[in-house]
Amino acid sequence: MNEMRLKFLSRSENETFARNCVAAFALPLEPSLSELSDVKTAVSEAVTNCIVHGYAGREGWIEIVCKTEEGRLDVEISDEGRGIGNVTEALAPFFTTLADGERSGMGFTIMQTFMTDFSVVSEEGKGTRVKMSKTFKKAEPDAR
Amino acid sequence: MKLQSNRRGNDLYLYLSGELDEHSVAEVRGQADRAIEENAGLSRAVFNLAGVKFMDSTGIGFLIGRYKKLKSFGMDMYLENPDASADKILALSGVYTLMPKL
Repeated sequence: MNEMRLKFLSRSENETFARNCVAAFALPLEPSLSELSDVKTAVSEAVTNCIVHGYAGREGWIEIVCKTEEGRLDVEISDEGRGIGNVTEALAPFFTTLADGERSGMGFTIMQTFMTDFSVVSEEGKGTRVKMSKTFKKAEPDAR
Repeated sequence: MKLQSNRRGNDLYLYLSGELDEHSVAEVRGQADRAIEENAGLSRAVFNLAGVKFMDSTGIGFLIGRYKKLKSFGMDMYLENPDASADKILALSGVYTLMPKL
């Protein structure tokens, strides 16, 4: 078992750093390129949500906790922002509260599709916590 | 994120390169819109994604925004050369029905 914690300000310039950091932490589990790309995209979606919706332009802290154990990566991404009033509604594909802002409404759908497990806990005025995990398939033995 | 554009015949080609996320989309949105406005009489625009190394749903939102702008000028939009991970998210979000892959 390994664990890491990362705390950074809700600035969009930190997105690249955050997703690459989680990907680098997962590398010892030997994920495939496509699995690693899935993780980076899911992390990017969660962090974007914290910045765009949770803090909505205001500056605040985003925390990422990652654990690895036996081929599985657990990622928890949380903010102390506005929170989500109706989580069921927010999870629906194409749902967005910012229709004029060129938002696709696909963030949660992508997290759910790209990761093995996904859950979100949120309280209005308190913040949002997304928990996701991905189990990496064992690499195919070299077929020589 | 970088954007280069050129005109070939009746087509406007837009080449995107770099990482397409919340941070970088702001850099190229204005540039893409200017290229579209300057070529408003053409019949279609092709976004070449060969240089896009990362894309999340913010990138999808960006593409849909450009699609709407092109439609307002009566232009069709197409995508070409997404890598495997970009292709996965484009297919999942259903945008190929609006902007087919060449």
